Amino acid sequence: MSSRPPRFREKAQVLDEAALDRALTRIAHEILEKNGGAADLAFVGLRTRGVTLAQRLRAKIAQIDGATLPVGTLDITLYRDDLGMRGTPVIRGTDIPFSIKGTTVVLVDDVLFTGRTIRAALDAIIDLGRPRAIQLAILIDRGHRELPIRPDYVGKNLPTSRRESVAVRLREHDGEDRVVIEEPEEA
Amino acid sequence: MGWTRKDLLTMRELDAGEITLLVDTAASLQEIATREIKKVPALRGKTIVNLFYEASTRTRTSFEIAGKWLSADVVNFSASGSSVGKGESFVDTAKNIAAMSPDVVVVRHSSSGAAELLARELSCSIVNAGDGAHEHPTQALLDLLTIREKKGHFEGLHVAIVGDIAHSRVARSNIHGMRKLGMTVTVAGPPTLIPPFVQELGVKVAYRLEDAIRDVDVIMMLRLQQERMTGGLIPSLREYARYWGLSLDKLAAHARPDVLIMHPGPVNRGIELSPEVADGPYSVILDQVTKGVAVRMGVLLLLAGSKGGDGA
Repeated sequence: MSSRPPRFREKAQVLDEAALDRALTRIAHEILEKNGGAADLAFVGLRTRGVTLAQRLRAKIAQIDGATLPVGTLDITLYRDDLGMRGTPVIRGTDIPFSIKGTTVVLVDDVLFTGRTIRAALDAIIDLGRPRAIQLAILIDRGHRELPIRPDYVGKNLPTSRRESVAVRLREHDGEDRVVIEEPEEA
Repeated sequence: MGWTRKDLLTMRELDAGEITLLVDTAASLQEIATREIKKVPALRGKTIVNLFYEASTRTRTSFEIAGKWLSADVVNFSASGSSVGKGESFVDTAKNIAAMSPDVVVVRHSSSGAAELLARELSCSIVNAGDGAHEHPTQALLDLLTIREKKGHFEGLHVAIVGDIAHSRVARSNIHGMRKLGMTVTVAGPPTLIPPFVQELGVKVAYRLEDAIRDVDVIMMLRLQQERMTGGLIPSLREYARYWGLSLDKLAAHARPDVLIMHPGPVNRGIELSPEVADGPYSVILDQVTKGVAVRMGVLLLLAGSKGGDGA
């Protein structure tokens, strides 16, 4: 933990509260449309904000369809390809209280960037059983993929530069619903 | 809170934050034991050597299982059947094993300080799995995890550690850990088995079982270590069992109804614990063993999976 992380300042707002909510509503509709309903669907959120987004999608689908889908929590730390290169691994635990065998798992995360997190998540899920299919729902796709991974549902495509960072702020963690682009402060 | 140490040698050297990090990491890893496929790729390509110069069932097996569940390659070395019989010294043996580039060496030895000696001599990570009557940090960590899962917290709990305190590395490691986490510790046993100046570790001392177990949250019974006792310390096993053995009658008469009974194993049934207590509803002895695997996974992961890098 030696070198200081760069400090970021806000550059632009990408989604406000209403736009974020509309994006989730649209994703919920798309999930139901693509799968022909809510049968055998389950959400798995990636810690931390992916879990919160998965819970919100569950609420949307309950409103639209009446079905209450299960939501699991996935910690992919043990599957990272850069474990041992990142300081102390922080294990917060996986909690998937349902069988994923035969289900269509909708994996949920806030930002899709290099794709390495999703690669790790796919391995982690398959170690827990054989789902019928895995689909990927992402709030912000910011590009710069390093692996052949593509989302099935996207809240917003957002071209960014690599030096920028995308911050998804959610009421449950940050007290507000907002997505912003941040850039490093000049030294 | 980051992990920065190369080795895990003692509870004494850890601060409360490090102990909490180890316990939290172990707690999160417990879920792996409930999976159908009990394996995660975290330590793929890492090699762990179990270097055991003393007999062990639980500790060696649980380090082996822990390493395998994390996908490390685990090699077991035991002194019997090795070149130790040809007169090779401890450090020479260890250096030869280190020359095969393991990432972690887990060592158990009858001499206090053996793990620290290896930590100085070898560049790989060393885990102390018990050194003489000195320390056994992973046992203390699994005891702490068991206590926290059953009681919900550490601060303010009162623990009685009963029996052969003088020869017990388990007692020493637990005393250091528990004191740092804000727990009160009473040690109890016949005066010949209580080390002099033990109060300097911040513990209370009781010389009667009845006094020690009154109003405590946890009773940790220690094994009477007959292999370390050179004689004359207790009049007879029968007398020890009578005065220091924990029976249902004594529990009912003196202990709280929600007390936890712990024991690091192996249990001398009928000596320090009556079978009804060892197998009874207060006993968490087998929970301790289950948690041992999670604790050792946590230790191996933090030692072999951390890099004191930039943490970005």
